[in-house]
Order: sequence, then structure tokens, then C-alpha cells
Amino acid sequence: MDINMFMQHFINALGLGSLYGLIAIGYTMVYGILRLINFAHGDIFMLGAYFVFFATVQFKLPWMLGVAIAIIGTTLCGLLVDRIAYRPLRSAPRISALISAIGVSFFIENIAVVIFSGMPRPVVQPPLLMEAFSISGIRLVPLALMVPAISFMIVTALLWMIYRTKSGLAMRSISFDIETTRLMGVSVDRIIALTFAIGSALAAVAGIMWALRYPRVEPFMGIMPGFKAFIAAVFGGIGSIPGAMLGGLSLGFVEIMSVAFFPKLSGYRDAFAFLLLVVILLVKPTGLMGEKLEDKI
Amino acid sequence: MLEIKNLTVWYGGINAVKGIDISINRGEIVTLIGANGAGKSSTIRAIAGLVKGCGGSITYTANNGVSSQLLGKPPEAMVKLGIALSPEGRRILPHLSTEENLLLGAYTLNDRGKISENMEYAYLLFPRLKERRGQKGGTLSGGEQQMLAVARSLMSSPELLMLDEPSLGLAPILVDEVFEIIKTINTEGRTILLVEQNALAALKIAHKAYVLEVGSITIQGNGNDLLANPKVKEAYLGG
Repeated sequence: MDINMFMQHFINALGLGSLYGLIAIGYTMVYGILRLINFAHGDIFMLGAYFVFFATVQFKLPWMLGVAIAIIGTTLCGLLVDRIAYRPLRSAPRISALISAIGVSFFIENIAVVIFSGMPRPVVQPPLLMEAFSISGIRLVPLALMVPAISFMIVTALLWMIYRTKSGLAMRSISFDIETTRLMGVSVDRIIALTFAIGSALAAVAGIMWALRYPRVEPFMGIMPGFKAFIAAVFGGIGSIPGAMLGGLSLGFVEIMSVAFFPKLSGYRDAFAFLLLVVILLVKPTGLMGEKLEDKI
Repeated sequence: MLEIKNLTVWYGGINAVKGIDISINRGEIVTLIGANGAGKSSTIRAIAGLVKGCGGSITYTANNGVSSQLLGKPPEAMVKLGIALSPEGRRILPHLSTEENLLLGAYTLNDRGKISENMEYAYLLFPRLKERRGQKGGTLSGGEQQMLAVARSLMSSPELLMLDEPSLGLAPILVDEVFEIIKTINTEGRTILLVEQNALAALKIAHKAYVLEVGSITIQGNGNDLLANPKVKEAYLGG
């Protein structure tokens, strides 16, 4: 493989990996605070893609407006899921919320089939993003660079928010000791809602960019990326935001490069992701950047 | 300032507090003493809104004259009304720095100037914390953690400060230091409700004291009277 070919795979992996990373952040933030695997997160991602499809393709709204609608709509859906399916179970055993999450996931998928129909629908890509150009022999479309660039900007902003603002401080505090955090005057339900809002907004951004990269939407499109992002979150160390991004990128590279270097194995592409999960759980169960999990007192 | 009337606390079928009356006036140090399991912490946790299954009434009157019923309100509402609790066992957030722990204490404040003023005051009271400002809470010594817990509860500018077992697990010399600081905080204008097992130290600085035994108040009076009370002496002051 020549260097140009490799660079193309590299940028491709960067794009796919950063999308996994964006979704993984939603898993990791909710897990960090509630110790809940939000299985519906992949379906929230799917809703983001559908919102932008309806706004731009169906209703022919301009792209910027469609993106805004998709982010807001998806965020509201994420908040609704928390309010209806998780908040009533806050003091219930953790397994109840987990089962509720699985239920919500199936519910969203099936209601999507009913409302949107199960038929895959094509997304029209904005031509501006698809005009190929080449830098020193590497042929690229603007979209391929836009996806990782936007992802990294979002992660930087998020880290700033977590480490430099009051709400971020409250989030880091809740993840360790809910009762003490409340004693400091923090309204825990509001901070949890904020966490779901951020996670869902990121899933929406990922869903929009996914729909641009692989230009179609269908009700079950969130399942596989959801699983992969969950693996990314575990691989990076669940609870850690930089870890989620790192895990996402690792997964993107494993998938793209394994196929690039061993084209014969392309059918096993998804298997590599799950293999990665098994290996990390055996070798370093806390993930790359995860801290040792102490059970909350 | 705080009127507790006929307070009961139930944990499932267990009656931890059996209808007690406590009254705290502005500017006082009031202490609740008693053995383990007497209901001291339950009382303070009921005021803070941390326990369900309370009965009776807890009326708080803020410095601006507004009265409110605390029972049934969550802890965050209590903080906004001007009450802070330094919980039993310190409950420092071990993964946050000393300074972040203090900032968390100031969560309800929005005025940056006020926050840094309170931070300066906390560092003035506890110079050790200033030295440790960047250090993770979990790496502080027991005494430093206790100081941080008290300092953190002062960060919200409370009018009423509740301290749950501030001397627990501290070396005797540190106990004296902590109680000295509690006195200072009080003379500078804050009302204090102090829950303690170290009855001697608590009674020495208290204006008023209540002795709790298995959920009921058995003795009450001012601090000096209780220090001289033979029953208190025998049961709590080592004879």
C-alpha cells in the first residue's frame, strides 16, 4: 500500500473513530453519573439522523436549520427518555433502570418503524461537502475533514465545560457522592438532565454526520454504531470522556485498518470490534483511561 | 431562628426520633449530645431534608425575617434558605482538589466576588487548606479533611451552620483546634447547631444543650449547667 492510499484510510479511520467517540461520550457520561448503561443511546443517535433527513430532504429546509432542528429535537427526546424511563427508577435497584433502558431501546426502534416505515431512505448530501479536491495526491471530500474537526472541537468544549464550570464541577461531584453533592445545594435531577441533554446533543451531531457519510437512514441504523460506541466507551475506560474519544478512535482505526491491510477479512469487520472488547476486558477491565471503580458508599 | 416541634423520624419500622422539641436562637451555639444511636444524626439529617418519613414541624426563620417549613424540602432548598451541613464522616470528594471542594460548597452563589471573598475567609480560618489548595481531597489527612468539610460548609454563606460530629476520629490536639474555630465562627455572627459525641468539648462552647437518649430529649439547659449536672457527668463526661 502506498502512502497516499494509507493517508486516505487514515483520514477515513479518523472520521469513523471520532463518530464512535462522540456517541461513546454519551454512554460514558451517563454511566459516570448514574452507573447506568443507557442502551437507548444508539436509538437517540438514529433519531438525530432522521430529524435531519426530514428537515432537509422531506421539508427542504436549509442545512444549517435542519442541523439545528435535529440537535434540538434529539436533545428533547433524550431528556424525555430520562424523565419517563429513568428518573422514576432513581432509587430502584440498578438492574431495573438497565431493563428499562433495553425496553426504551426496543420501543424507539419499533415506534420508528411504525412512524418512519422500515424502508431505508436516501439522504441528499449537500454538494459543497462532497466536492473532491486533492492535497499532495490524497483525494478528499470536505466532509471527510469536517467530521473529525467538528468532533474534536466539541470534545474540547465539553472538557472545558466539565473542568471549568460550576455544572461540570457538580457532574464530577455527583458521580462520586450524590448525597453530599445535594448538601452543597446542587439540584441533582437538573444536573442529570443536563448530562442526558449533552449526551443526546452529541449523539445528534454524530447521527447527522453519519447520515452525511453513509447517506441513508433506517430505523435500526443506531444498533450497530451504538454497540460499537459502547465498546469504545468500555475500551477507553467507562466514565472517562477523553477515554471515550480515545476508545472511539482506536475502534475506528482497528476497523478501517484491518480491512485496509487484510481485504480478505473485510467480512469480519464487526467481529474485530467485539474482539477488542473481549481483549480489553481480559487484560485491563478498567479500560485505557478508566479509574478503578469503587462502589459508591 | 429554628423551631423544631414534635419531630419524629422513622426508618422503616424503627422509630429513631420520638417527638422532640428544639429551639435555636440567632447567634447561639446549640449542641445535641448523646450516645451512638440516640437520634442525633437523624435529627440533623431531618433538618437537612435527607430522610424521608419525618413528622412534626421544623420552622426556619432567616435573617431577613422570612419563615419557612423545612420538612419535606430537599437539601438543595435548605442551602438556598441559608443553612449548611457539614456531614458526619466529612464526605470530602476525594477526586476533587481542595479548592474544587470549596467551590462546590459555593454552588448556590453566583457572585464571583462573594465566592472569592468566602474562599479567602476559609483560608484565613484554616491556613493549612491554602497550602493544600491544589491537592486532591482524598490525599489530605483526617484533620485537614475535617477542616475542609467545615470550610466547605461555610462557602455558601450560611446563617445557620450544622456540624455533625466534627471531632470524630481526630487527635485530641486537633479536637481543641476545631472547637476553637467553631467558637470563632460563632462569634463572627453565625448560629451553630453542633451534634457531638465528645460531650465535654461540645458543652464547653455551647450556649444551650440537649441530651438525647434513644430518640427522646432527657435533659436540656445551658452548656455550663449541663457540665455540672450529675447525670450528665456520670453518663457522658466520665464521672
